[in-house]
Amino acid sequence: MPVGGGGRRADRRSRFDYGNAMPEPALRVVDLTKRYRSALAVDAVSFAVESGETVALLGGNGAGKTTVLGMLLGLVAPTSGRIAALGCDMRRRPRGALARMNFSSPYVDMPHRLTVRENFSVFARLYALDNAGARTAALARELGFEDLLDRPVGTLSAGQKTRASLARALLNRPDLLLLDEPTASLDPDTADVVRTALEAYRERTGAAILLASHNMAEVERLCDRAIVLKAGRTVACGAPAALIARYGRRDLEEVFLDIARGRAA
Amino acid sequence: MNDAARRVGAIALRHYYLVRGSWPRILDLIYWPALQMLLWGFITLFFMENSSWVAQTAGVLLSAALLWDVLFRSQISLFTGFLEEPWSRNLANLLITPLRPAEFMLALAATSLARTLIGVGGAAVLAWLLFDFSLLALGAPLAAFFANLAVLGWAIGLLVSGLVLRFGLGAQGLGWALVFLIQPVSGVFYPVAVLPEWLRPVAWTLPSSHLFEGMRAVLVDGTFRADLLANAIALNAVWLTAGVCGFLFLLRRARELGLILQSGE
Repeated sequence: MPVGGGGRRADRRSRFDYGNAMPEPALRVVDLTKRYRSALAVDAVSFAVESGETVALLGGNGAGKTTVLGMLLGLVAPTSGRIAALGCDMRRRPRGALARMNFSSPYVDMPHRLTVRENFSVFARLYALDNAGARTAALARELGFEDLLDRPVGTLSAGQKTRASLARALLNRPDLLLLDEPTASLDPDTADVVRTALEAYRERTGAAILLASHNMAEVERLCDRAIVLKAGRTVACGAPAALIARYGRRDLEEVFLDIARGRAA
Repeated sequence: MNDAARRVGAIALRHYYLVRGSWPRILDLIYWPALQMLLWGFITLFFMENSSWVAQTAGVLLSAALLWDVLFRSQISLFTGFLEEPWSRNLANLLITPLRPAEFMLALAATSLARTLIGVGGAAVLAWLLFDFSLLALGAPLAAFFANLAVLGWAIGLLVSGLVLRFGLGAQGLGWALVFLIQPVSGVFYPVAVLPEWLRPVAWTLPSSHLFEGMRAVLVDGTFRADLLANAIALNAVWLTAGVCGFLFLLRRARELGLILQSGE
């Protein structure tokens, strides 16, 4: 065997070799591309999310945010590019990472006829968790839905469902949490409960969070960095304050409008 | 219990919760099998006095009806078990857990088996009470007939579930109807020899044809045809492989086309 060799397995490892000095990011995406026949949905997007960091994925409708999240989760097969999540190559061996990841979206539901508690019991088994009852109770207490645990999910309001869905996504204590519009269609009070829970979770666990959002105030509050997509390409990236300064605007919403309408920084 | 077994158990538990909390689903388990049994029971009573062939072998029509129901129930139970996920927009939640496709298929088959045993078992008890007919008259081969028909039902169920993954819920009508396409050529209520000569080779590609011929051999001739059972087992291996591979291929295509996140009503 050649020096430094190790065959195919060593080649796979080297794809995500970050060197000895650099800590491995929770998520690293390199040249991620998705093409649907003639349409390019995501075009060579690259970024990394460190542990303990919250990063926003911004962009107008159809910019490619949900497609990126889908590819990170293995729900959408990339056309090309590389994804390393929690040290696992997501295109080849995703299971190790999936046990330590989770996702919540208003467009994905839990079974409506099962109660919240029954749903959590099922998902706890899927993640091979012990003490699911205690974990469920703690999450319900933190997100303020203890009184809803024995109600069927289908009978919950949008806000209650969102809180339950976020709690389900926190059930396995994910080191990498992906969120698609975590506060969409929520009233300000409920949205604040959700944001506070996310801040507390990251503070407590050092998890990496990647969230797609259309709420710029939320991004300014929660996120260390924002990646702005337009027509599947990264068009801006940086800390919210830095982006605001670069575009000479008052807030991130104005920056978003500048980018969406093609005005240069 | 290892993690894979817990994940299979989690999906089974999800279906247990679903059925336990829904009286229409409980009723559905036994309603159609019981109705089929009643219909064929009365037809048998009529033919007992008007057909010398049926009069010689009183249980042949009822046995055929009950065994056909094994095939139908196992197929439709697996298919509806799968459909519960896109119906409740829960498919993405499952596929981002460490649950493997093989475990998902195994869990669907296990819940299908439970539903089939309850439905057909209940109908068989009714047949014994109402018509003094015992399916156990088939003797030990009954277990082999039951197992093989259930496996064929799973193979068809997996294939049509894959079609729903690829083509969406619009394809679910096919899932309800496809199994009836093989009924006329399976020789359920009549020997394969009744079919036109050109159709018989098609019939012999179906494990069900060999099984129903084997059933009649036991009931009419009092002989167990090991050759027919061996043919059925060999053909079932081919059908099950096609069902599993078809499901996996169509799941992969759904991922390539980004259809998983869109699945749902």
